[in-house]
Amino acid sequence: MQLTVNGNSLDIDAEPDMPLLWALRDIANIRGPKFGCGIAMCGACTVLVNGQPRRSCSLPIGDVDGEVTTVEGLADGDTLHAVQQAWIAEQVPQCGYCQSGQIMSAVALLEEVDNPSDEDIDNAMAGNLCRCGTYTQIRAAIKRAAGSKAGA
Amino acid sequence: MGKILRRTFLIGGAAIVGGVAFGAYYVTRPYDNPLEGRTAEGESTFNPFVKITNDNTITIIVPRAEMGQGVTTSLAALVAEELDVTLDAIQVEHGPASAAYYNSAMLEEGAPFPPYEHGLIAETVRDVMGGVGKVLGLQVTGGSSATKDAWMKMREAGCAARETLKAAAAEREGVSASQASTDNGHVVIGDKRIPYGELAEAAAAMSPPSGMELKSESEWSLIGKSQPRTDVLAKSTGAPIFASDVRQPDMLFATVRMNPRLGGPMNSFDASEAEKIAGVVKVVDITGEADELFGGGFAVIATNSWAAFRGADAVKVDWGRANYPETSDELFQTLEAAFDNADTAHVAREDGDTDLVFADAPRDQIVEAEYRVPHLAHATMEPMNATAHLREVDGRMKLDLWTGTQAPTITQSDSAWAAGIEDASDVEIHTTYMGGGFGRRGEVDVTRHAIRVAKHTDGKPVQVIWSREEDMSHDTYRPASIGRMRGIMGDDGLPRAVEISAASPSIIGSVMARTFPSLNPAGPDNTMFQGLHDQAYAIENYKASAHQADISIPIGFWRSVGHSYNAWYFESFLDELAVSAGKDPVEMRIAMLKEHPQAVAVVEKVAEMSNWGTSSGAGTGKGIAYHWSFGAWVAMVIEVSSNSDVISIDNVWAACDLGTVVDPRIVKAQIQSGAVYGLSAALGQEITFRDGMVEQSNFHDYDAMRINQCPTITVELIKNTEHMGGAGEPGTPPAIPALANAIFAATGKRVRTMPLSKEVEFAA
Repeated sequence: MQLTVNGNSLDIDAEPDMPLLWALRDIANIRGPKFGCGIAMCGACTVLVNGQPRRSCSLPIGDVDGEVTTVEGLADGDTLHAVQQAWIAEQVPQCGYCQSGQIMSAVALLEEVDNPSDEDIDNAMAGNLCRCGTYTQIRAAIKRAAGSKAGA
Repeated sequence: MGKILRRTFLIGGAAIVGGVAFGAYYVTRPYDNPLEGRTAEGESTFNPFVKITNDNTITIIVPRAEMGQGVTTSLAALVAEELDVTLDAIQVEHGPASAAYYNSAMLEEGAPFPPYEHGLIAETVRDVMGGVGKVLGLQVTGGSSATKDAWMKMREAGCAARETLKAAAAEREGVSASQASTDNGHVVIGDKRIPYGELAEAAAAMSPPSGMELKSESEWSLIGKSQPRTDVLAKSTGAPIFASDVRQPDMLFATVRMNPRLGGPMNSFDASEAEKIAGVVKVVDITGEADELFGGGFAVIATNSWAAFRGADAVKVDWGRANYPETSDELFQTLEAAFDNADTAHVAREDGDTDLVFADAPRDQIVEAEYRVPHLAHATMEPMNATAHLREVDGRMKLDLWTGTQAPTITQSDSAWAAGIEDASDVEIHTTYMGGGFGRRGEVDVTRHAIRVAKHTDGKPVQVIWSREEDMSHDTYRPASIGRMRGIMGDDGLPRAVEISAASPSIIGSVMARTFPSLNPAGPDNTMFQGLHDQAYAIENYKASAHQADISIPIGFWRSVGHSYNAWYFESFLDELAVSAGKDPVEMRIAMLKEHPQAVAVVEKVAEMSNWGTSSGAGTGKGIAYHWSFGAWVAMVIEVSSNSDVISIDNVWAACDLGTVVDPRIVKAQIQSGAVYGLSAALGQEITFRDGMVEQSNFHDYDAMRINQCPTITVELIKNTEHMGGAGEPGTPPAIPALANAIFAATGKRVRTMPLSKEVEFAA
């Protein structure tokens, strides 16, 4: 199977029904997307496919119909993505396990909506569970990233 | 100045007097420095907490589990403060499993006195308990104790390293040490600035000078100020820092399936279909020895996790029965029966004579209530996993284990036993960052299973990861419990008598039976009456008791342990009493707490923060709860609104006093996190049993609070106590009663069963 991940073309030796998450983690050694539930309920595995957020644990590689972006592919050289910078500025993570997925969902939201309302944030982020309860900081970081993009 | 004093430890009645004052590690030096022999080329170690290389890389060892609570920042800050370096100039490592990293504060909290009691007997018992921690060398993260425990030892370690570096510089320059000072990673002598790295090798060979003094509070530049977390970059870039991210050469992947009737045997299994699946290497029986309590089960070893999961689904298996009640209804009947068994009742507090008061009281003035809570899963975001590499090296069996563990030394000795390795030093524990802990990652089931799998991989490393379904259905659960209360108000508008009793199985008994079967814990389990007997309320007639039910479902430490339900019983029942007499629940609590100004201060503060006494409009309501746990005084007000009988949680205000705070932002984040953890349980979590099996399997039927349900949370810290309290757990206990009390205020409906969603609908 051929996949394009973070701009690199990868040859994945796996059955087409293997979920993208495991192809990334166990075969391509791209470990930013995390395993949380396996049924698209927690969002820890969120990646972008053609810019759209997808739960990679439930997306067979045979159905991947575009370029995949993981958290590892967000930075531009040494410059972190505006969302990552906002995550650091707001000191969002606690245990950190869900945060790759949170960041990918936030990136997709801000591609869609420049200045998201609280309701936009709720709708876009409700699929990403955080057991540490960092939602207050996630909301603040999304608004900060929106502001920095507007000012850029 | 905080002069380091010579201290006396009482252990078993014998006084052990420390030596010269070189910092706690040297004063009491009970263990070799575990870093010696592990340093890299050009790297020197001063004590178990500090390493410096000759090219000036400073590494601080934080020997506690980083599971989100910020220890890799706040504990590192304690060393960095004294060492006179900033946090961006250091690296943090967890370090090896070692007895040198014992946690005495956690065991001190296990003493049978509420820690705000500082009488001679209470302090003596606490010293003995802490001494036990040192003797046993227990390196444990739990009980909200990490910062308390580290407060002296890690500052002293930094101070000892700093003073030794100064002495080395003075010797080199031929001046007296008093002419040397430090500034941001350098020793300064006159106009000379010498980087620590240049001095490290010489300094590490010296004994620390005598008469060292810790910095005074006015000299602190890190402590008390919020620092950027040392792990924030790794956690914002998806860095492979978790146990499930571990990759080793030739590593295999595996998953386990243990009997869903917890602890039951595996009668037989047929792996023929599973072994046909591409990527499956083999299927093996990993049932432990007969006296182990993890039951029977198998593992599927494969070339990737997905193949292992599919293989496990394809195995046909005949599971045996468990030896506990098969349904949740029967479990609750067992709890009910425990109230009637005088042999298993422990009265933990008896002030006045409640029996007499209730016997004389008019029946219609007695308020009675029964509350119920279910079993709960921890549901850490990262499912249980460990990577084991068991192989022969020069004729000896060696084991490397990578796992996120809250208890590395226990895991090390337990793993040596499970692997059949005689000398535990042949077991190397690599403690990773953990994707949530909440008490679950102190257990040894995950490593025992991983070792049994590694016996079948011909010396190759193997990562054993549980599916979410396996994790949810094989937890060490927060136990179900029933609380029964009766009370009566006095003419002064305060409770005149309160009886509070709870039935639950013993958490300590369950943990000990599966982890240390050879040890027999003495006395009743303190966690059963945590939060019932130890509260600061003055009630003339006050009786608290716990009734131990014998149910062998594995249970364990779940964020705030016994406080997680006992606080709800106490605080919602006080609300019921206040309502029965038409009293304001804030004023009533202030009056009941008047002997403890720290408690009054947090209640008054939260009342002010929440504009207590003013309404936000029709359909809204506020509820208060106050609860002392893990050394922290916490008062919380929650505001809800009810629209067409659908409840939204709008606001949480918390005022906390946990004494000196190392990092305010991290502490506030912990209180917030604890509240969300408790509210998540209220919104719908329950673990139920049918046919001896857990009915819930994943986040679709055991969910937690989502961002769209999360209220605005405001936390304020105040300091009226010198005693240092914990942060990781105290936010959880008051959240559920404050919510239940708010729902009553908004709707008039008193909910006495958890999850509260059984009786009210929450906005999704």
